[in-house]
Amino acid sequence: MAQHEAATIVDNGALHAGEIVAHEGGSGFNIHPMDQFIVQPLFSDGAVGMFTLTNAALWMLIVVLCTALLLVLGTRGRSVIPGRAQSVAELAYGFIYKMVEDVTGRDAVKYFPYIMTLFMFIVLANFLALIPMSFSPTSHIAVTAVLALIVFLGVTILGFVLNGASFLRLFWVSSAPLALRPILAIIELVSYFVRPVSHSIRLAGNIMAGHAVLKVFAGFAGALGIFSIVPILAITAIFALEVLVAFIQAYVFTILTCVYLKDALHPHH
Amino acid sequence: MATDPRESVLGEGDAVASGMPQLDPSSYPNQIFWLIIALVAIYFILSRVALPRIGAVLAERQGTITNDIAAAEELKLKASEAEKAYDKSLADARVEANRIVEENRAAQQADLNRAMERADAQIAEQLAESETRIAEIRDSATANVEQIARETAEALVNALGGEADSQRISRAVNDKMGGAA
Repeated sequence: MAQHEAATIVDNGALHAGEIVAHEGGSGFNIHPMDQFIVQPLFSDGAVGMFTLTNAALWMLIVVLCTALLLVLGTRGRSVIPGRAQSVAELAYGFIYKMVEDVTGRDAVKYFPYIMTLFMFIVLANFLALIPMSFSPTSHIAVTAVLALIVFLGVTILGFVLNGASFLRLFWVSSAPLALRPILAIIELVSYFVRPVSHSIRLAGNIMAGHAVLKVFAGFAGALGIFSIVPILAITAIFALEVLVAFIQAYVFTILTCVYLKDALHPHH
Repeated sequence: MATDPRESVLGEGDAVASGMPQLDPSSYPNQIFWLIIALVAIYFILSRVALPRIGAVLAERQGTITNDIAAAEELKLKASEAEKAYDKSLADARVEANRIVEENRAAQQADLNRAMERADAQIAEQLAESETRIAEIRDSATANVEQIARETAEALVNALGGEADSQRISRAVNDKMGGAA
């Protein structure tokens, strides 16, 4: 029965590319702004298995490809006076390197490749997601949660490995009055464990919301006929904002990673 | 693109279909697997090839810039040295020119002085000579006058019928001449 119901809705969706459907129920618009986030297999109609080549997998692999194109192919000249691609690659390198150096400290430079990996993945995924009909891996909480957990676990393990039990003094605010310290310790502990949650939801939420809004306005544009110029203008403005958000969210994720890493390297306030 | 998503999502049930695909756990293993693959791939691309290369390029550029600045500094130093040398040679030339001018002037002055001296000496010599000759002329003139006076006196004495005593006449003439002189 579910299959049959699915088939009818699929037919309706197919008619208008999943955007706008005059619904039988009479509710007017039937916009599916979240359809763009559905993970689906590329070459089959079956279920999404762990190793299935899905649209999510495809776009993550495109991110890898673009990383290689930009940072490897773009710098193949090794010119002292850089060309365009090399300039961008050097800009990204210098941007993250300086961020690690400034936020985390000079001794954190050996973790620079890991942080650069995170940044390149997020920033390229965000930008590639702005291509119409593409898929946004970073809009999925599964992806950003794994990214945030990698940072969280990495920082925590590194903190204990480097500092031993004294890493726990991160939660014991020695500059506060003694009576307040247990309360502060609880607050610090809670905020420490909330970090990966906010870290991951911030990125996924921003990307998802922006793309959903674009789709909603696109739906209006399809339904309003001559007046669709208004939502189209709105889409243009929102798209510009999304370009900004794509970079800023990657920047925020990376700089928070640096801040957390600083706790692991220098846990004493 | 439009057909498959509805199908796959609805396959999970209506609750998921109406909500967010992000909350559909059936896609998590797939996404996480490919995410790990992508991250590992990016990490190796970065740490093995891209980052060392970009770091080397940046270091090389820094080195080139430092070298160029040093070279420029050196050239600037050389230029200022050259300027100093030029100034020095200019000043030397000026001093030399002044010296030569001074020397020439002194030499000319000396020549002039010498010529003047010579001229003075010549003039003095000629003056002396002239004076001698004038004196001679005067002496001879006096002698002539004496002679004439004596002869005149003798003639007068003879004409007046006297005996011309030449010694007395001479004495008298000498007295007169001496008195006149």
